[in-house]
Formats: sequence, C-alpha cells, structure tokens
Amino acid sequence: MSETSQPAATRRTIEILNAGLARRRRAERRFHAYGLLSLSAALIFLFVLLGSIVREGHGAFWQTYLQLDLDFDAVVIDPAGTRDPTALAQADYDTLIKRALAARFPDVQERKERRELYGLVSPGAGFVLRDQVTAQPSLIGTRRATWLLADDEVDMLVKGHYDRSAPASERRVSDREVAWIDDLVAAKRIERRFNTGFFTAGDSRDPERAGIWGAVVGSALTLAVTLVLAFPLGVATAVYLEEFAPRNRWTDLIEVNINNLAAVPSIVFGLLGLAVFINFFGLPRSAPLVGGLVLTLMTLPTIIIASRAALAAVPPSIREAALGMGASRMQMVAHHVLPLAMPGVLTGTIIGMARALGETAPLLMIGMVAFIVDIPHGFTDPATALPVQIYLWVDSPERGFVERTSAAIIVLLGFLIAMNALAVFLRRRLERRY
Amino acid sequence: MQTLTLAMILLAGSALAYAAGRRRAFALAGGRRNIRSLHSLPSYYGYLTALSCGIPAFLLIALWLVLAPGVIEKLVLADLPEATQTLPPNELRLVLNDIQNLAHGNITSGGADSTLVAAADHYTELQRTGRTAIAAASLLLGALGGAVALRRLSPSLRARNRVEQIVKLFLIASSTIAIFTTVGIVLSVLFEAMRFFRAVPVTDFLFGLEWSPQTAIRADQIGSSGAFGAVPLFTGTLLVSGIALAVAVPIGLMSAIYLAEYASARVRAVAKPMLEILAGVPTVVYGFFAALTVGPVIRATGEALGLTVSSESALGAGLVMGVMIIPFVSSLSDDVITAVPRAMTDGSLALGATRSETIRRVVLPAALPGIVASFLLAASRAIGETMIVVMAAGLAANLTANPFEAVTTVTVQIVTLLVGDQEFDSPKTLAAFALGLVLFLVTLALNIVALHVVRKYREQYE
Repeated sequence: MSETSQPAATRRTIEILNAGLARRRRAERRFHAYGLLSLSAALIFLFVLLGSIVREGHGAFWQTYLQLDLDFDAVVIDPAGTRDPTALAQADYDTLIKRALAARFPDVQERKERRELYGLVSPGAGFVLRDQVTAQPSLIGTRRATWLLADDEVDMLVKGHYDRSAPASERRVSDREVAWIDDLVAAKRIERRFNTGFFTAGDSRDPERAGIWGAVVGSALTLAVTLVLAFPLGVATAVYLEEFAPRNRWTDLIEVNINNLAAVPSIVFGLLGLAVFINFFGLPRSAPLVGGLVLTLMTLPTIIIASRAALAAVPPSIREAALGMGASRMQMVAHHVLPLAMPGVLTGTIIGMARALGETAPLLMIGMVAFIVDIPHGFTDPATALPVQIYLWVDSPERGFVERTSAAIIVLLGFLIAMNALAVFLRRRLERRY
Repeated sequence: MQTLTLAMILLAGSALAYAAGRRRAFALAGGRRNIRSLHSLPSYYGYLTALSCGIPAFLLIALWLVLAPGVIEKLVLADLPEATQTLPPNELRLVLNDIQNLAHGNITSGGADSTLVAAADHYTELQRTGRTAIAAASLLLGALGGAVALRRLSPSLRARNRVEQIVKLFLIASSTIAIFTTVGIVLSVLFEAMRFFRAVPVTDFLFGLEWSPQTAIRADQIGSSGAFGAVPLFTGTLLVSGIALAVAVPIGLMSAIYLAEYASARVRAVAKPMLEILAGVPTVVYGFFAALTVGPVIRATGEALGLTVSSESALGAGLVMGVMIIPFVSSLSDDVITAVPRAMTDGSLALGATRSETIRRVVLPAALPGIVASFLLAASRAIGETMIVVMAAGLAANLTANPFEAVTTVTVQIVTLLVGDQEFDSPKTLAAFALGLVLFLVTLALNIVALHVVRKYREQYE
C-alpha cells in the first residue's frame, strides 16, 4: 500500500477505523462471550446444586424392609394370658425379632456375630410390633411372615451407597452382614417400600426412623405466628407511610430504618430475640412463638417494601375519584386503594414468608435447635423447624442421614417453589396494569 | 392456650358489640329510612362499640402477660422460709427454677423437699387464681366498655371520625415498629457487649491475635483462661467474603450486562427468574452442598495437585457463598444498567462504537455508583451470612490468608458460643454479643452507604 508511507496525520479516518476494526470486533465477541459465560456459569451451578440434591435425596423416599417369620409367642408377649393392654404394651418384642433372626440364620452361634445379626433390624421395629399386637391381640400365638423396618446400614447397602468391593475394614458393614443381606435378597425377603415414616415421624437418632413431620409442624406453627403478626403490621406500616405520613424527618427516619433492617444479617435478629424475648420477657426457649416473633421482625421490611410499591402503583385518579365522591381518606384507602393493591401486597407477603421458611440462623440463637422427638402441639412447645432439622442432620455421622437430609431439602424446596409459584400466579392473574 | 381461648372469647364479644352498636344506631335513627339523621354510617357506630369493648380488655391481658411472672415469683418468694429468701440471687434463681419445674411436673435438680413442694403448690395456685382473675377482669372490662359505648351512642356522635382516629393511631404505632426493632437490636447487643467489655478490654478484643473462648467454669480449672482476640475472626470473615466477592462480582456483573444489553427478551424472561432462584434457595441448603459436595471435590483436586487442603476450607465456603450472592449483584446492577437513559447508549452506538465499547465507556461509568452500591450490599450479605460458613468453614480460629486452610468467621463464633448452654455472666456467652455488635455496625455502615448511593443515583436519572 502506498498510503502507509504517508505521515499519520494525513491518513483518512476511515482507514484508521478499518485498521482497528478486526481487533474491535474480536473484543466485542470476547465481551459477549464473557457475558454469556458468566450467565451460564451461574445457571449451571444452579442445576448442579439442585441435581446433586435430587440425586442424593430421592432414595430416601423409599425405605428397605425385611421379612421374617415371626413367632408371636404367647409365653413372651403375654405370659399371664390376660390380654391386658398394659401388659401387652410392656412385653419384650425385641426377643421375638431376635428369635426369628436366629431361626433364619441358625449357624450363627458366637455372641459377637449374634449381636451383628440382631443389628439387621431397626431398633424401632419392636415398637411397631407392639402397636400391631395391641391393635390386634389375635396375632398372639400365631406364626406369620412379617415385614420389619431394616437398619439404616442395611438400607444403605441395599441402595448401593456402600462400595462392596472395598476392603472390609473400610466398610461400615462386615462381610458376614453382606452375606446375610444377599441371602435375604435372594430369598426375596428384602424389599423397598414408599417411606411413609419419613413424612409422619419426628426426629430420631436412628436414620431409618427419623422423619420430618415434627420439623414441618414446627415450621408451620412458627410461620403461623409470623403471618398473623407480620401481615397486618406490615400492611399498616405501608399504608401509613404511603398514604398518610407527612414528609418530614420522622418518616424519613422510619424509611431509612426499614431499608436498613431489610439488609441486617439474619443472625442479628436472632441475638435480638435471645436478649429481648427470652432473657427480658422470659418467653420459653425453643418455642415456635419466639421463633415467629423473631421471623416477624425479619420479614416485616420485605412486606412493607413490597406493599408500599403496590400502593404506589395505584393511580392517583382512583384516589381523587374516591375523595371527590365524598369519601374520607381512610375510606378511600380501605375501600379502593388497598383492595386494588392487594395482589401486590399478597405477593410480597408470600415472598417474605418463603424467606422466613428457609431461615435458619436466627432460630439457632433462640434454641430451636434441640433434638426433639415429639411432634409439637402448641406455640410454646419445644419445636424445631425444617431448615434447622436439615442443619442438625448434616451434623450426624451416619451415612443414612445424608440421604434423609437431601430428601428434607427436597421437601423444603418443594414448599418454597409452591409458595413462589403462588406468588407469581397471583401477580399474573390479579395484578392490574394501569 | 388458655390465653388464646380468652382472646377468642373477647373477639367474639367484640363482634357481638359491633352488632349491638349497629342495631342501636338504627334504633336511634328511627328505622332504616332515616339513617340520614345519623352523623356516620351505622356500621361505624358498630365499630366504635366493638373497639371500646375489645381494646381495653386486650390491653389488660397484655399488661398481665408482661407483669404476671414477676409478681407471682415475688409472692412465692415471700412465703419461703427466711433462710431461702436471703440466698444470693443466683441460688435464689435455682430455687425458683426448681419450684417452677415442680409446678409443671418436670424433673427438678435436687430432691423435692416439703417446702419446695408447698411452694410449688402455692405457685400453681397463684397462677390459677391469676388466670381466673384476669379472665374475669378482662371479660368484665370488655362488657363494661361495650355497655358504656353503647349508652353514649347518639345521632350526633362523630363515630366515623373516632373510628378513623383509632385506626390511624394503629397505623402510626405499627410504623414505629421498625424503629423499635433497630433500637432493640442496638440496645440488646450493646448492653450485653458492655458487660463483656467490662471483663475483657475493648483493645484486647479488637486487636488481640488469639481467639480461644474457653473460660473456666470453676476457679481451680486449668488451661482455659480464655483469650478473646477477635482478629483471627475478622481476617477469616474477610477471607471468606473476599473469595465470595471474587466469584460473585465478575459473574454477577457480566450476567447483568449480558441480560440488560445482549440477551433477547425471551432469554431474559427465562434467565432472570432463574438467577433469582439462587437467592431464594435457603442458605442451609448451600451449606449442605458446600460441606458435602464442594468441600470433598476441592480437597481431592488439591491433593491431586499436591496441596494440603483441609476438608473445611475457606475456599469451599467462599465459592459457594459467592454463588449465593450472585443474584444480589446481578439484579441491582441490572436495574441500574437499564436505568441509564437510552439516549446515551443510542448516541454512543450512532457514533460507531461497538456494543461492548458503549457498555464499557458509556453505560458502566454512568451506572457506576449503582453498581458499586450493589457490590457493597453483596459484601454486607457475605459478611453476615451464617449457615454456609457454620457448615463448611470450620471452627479453628487460624490467622491465615491461605484459602485452603480452615478459618472461622464472626457469625460462626456467634453461633458456636450461643448454641447450647448459655450463662449470661461469663464472658464466653457475652463475647457473642460483642461480635454481634461489630457485625451489626459493619453491615450497618455498608448498608447505609449503599442505600444512600442508590438513592442519590435514582434521583439523578428520574
């Protein structure tokens, strides 16, 4: 090119432009790719997270049972022969199971091996038998094949979570146990059933007996308190700030406070709950009532901010029309503005509730982290909540709890998805655009 | 539960009062035709009656709920033998606990001697009497309030204005809750923190390099003098949050730019809510994922590369936390980027700049304050995040900048110090409140700066 020999000042602009064009287009493509890459990275992580939890947790919805020929020996259950319910309730049903196991594997003689053999059945199986027998005393004296809850180690092995090829010292089940289980499987005496216990039982130290119902009830009670308090208070605050409050320093202070509270770490609310509700007011620890109070303070800002946005979206013409017809300001708000803003208010409330449902840290502070087997019945009973239950199970060493934890997470995410879907539905169906 | 029943009865009573007030209003007007002679609509007379029936009664119950435990304890104590009454406060507390446990049918710490049993009976008795008395008093007060209001109704009574006045008072009262919450947080945390600083000097706490909050329960115990130097916690928090921000800031910002400037409407409609899901997943789930999936992966990778990685590393917790705060960066950045006036981008494009040049030279500088604010909010989230670090970062207070080592954070220590038994006279428990105070102040500063910037920025373009 002859032009390149000319001094730069006389080069035509288009040439400078063209010379850099390829580089600039490459830069443009790179930038575009970075954006796409970032977005995909975030989304891929979301799928990996959800995928790994579903993969890990779906197994817990099925539970291993094993079948034994149980001899409901009258001598063991009811030696007096009275069929007295209290006597039946106190009988030693574990002996029946032990006998049945020993009969199934007669060549097991040594004490240590025996103990291992008895460990195949869950420690809770005796209670199930007790309930069966008390409900149906005619079982006594009969001999029938009965399905019993298997121990969590059996469950894990059958589900393939243990590596059979690993050396016995690194496995949690011994070679003997593997052989027994294989024998039972070959005889079709082991099967997997839908795990109803997981949805109906409280917490337990044995993974196979642990369920989430206690935690779900605890969460429901806590959220009930939160909803009853946070919804009216949140809406009232939003209405006051949006419709009545004069613009002055005081309302400015309130606004700054609300915006700031929305970003305060949740654990600080837990400290507040501990110091004020429990130490100062003397409310009971571990109670859904206190949990609900703490979560109320935490969700209020969310509800207020969403409600204010919904109220502000109602056009002024509606307010003016109402006032023009002679309504008072309160009537204008109660009869016209608030009903029109309700979909947005409800959406905000549901989203706030969903966040409260997933919150763990403040509940740890107020003691809702105890090991609680009983299902709570009231607002002051000790209880735990679903996310706290997950946290507790993560800390447990048994392999069976990993699966249960993931399953509990699936249930929790299910609730959250349902709530958010409801919020989206409300927004789509009811919200009016002006 | 009995309080709940009482509340239900009072509510039902208020409903009755409403009906009565409304009927009376009609009667006063002399039939439905003449309600114009009333100042307000008849239902307002009903509301006024209901409110005068319900409010005093509920206030009385609330007062009783707050005062009753103290009063009952005083009365029980007054009946105890002289020797017990003169015990030091701590032991007196124990005796009271025993009495309460006995009364509730729980197991007591010591054997139940006859004085304790008698006191427990007295306690139960007092509680029962108190409950009956308050039920009777509140119902009476409700009935009285309703009756008085009903008598006072007259056609010229400005019932609507009164009802609206009461409602407005309720609105104002609820709007002050936000302030009370903040005051409550500050006071509760500050009060306990002051007690802590009486035992441990502020400078030791803020600048001390060693953290081992084990205090001796008995005076003669060895090896647990307790060291409350919080610097390892601060560095640990900064390390984990730093890693989190190093993940979240580039990914969040680039995602926001992509969504705002490049993505088609359909991609945006799908991808944006999915990003928001990341913010909606409970933190305990992230903690589980960090502890059981990410931690082992990082450890295995590190070992394959010949590094020693602790199974609870700052890196694992930081990475997962980073993913969690991506939406905090991206959604606010997205908002401020789309708020940049179209004319500015169009002008730049018309001059021949490519899209990326426009974004880098025009959009980002214009949106910078808002973007910085989103970083600050994300940082405040990262510092205050609890469950991920509790489950995945560990408890060892190492003073290190090595992301492969286990570190501990302020929030983790608050949880460890307060979960389980608490004694509010030992610096071990109180230290949690001092940490909480630091946490609250730091996040408060970050939030206020960020919110101020966002506000300023909004005003600029609106």
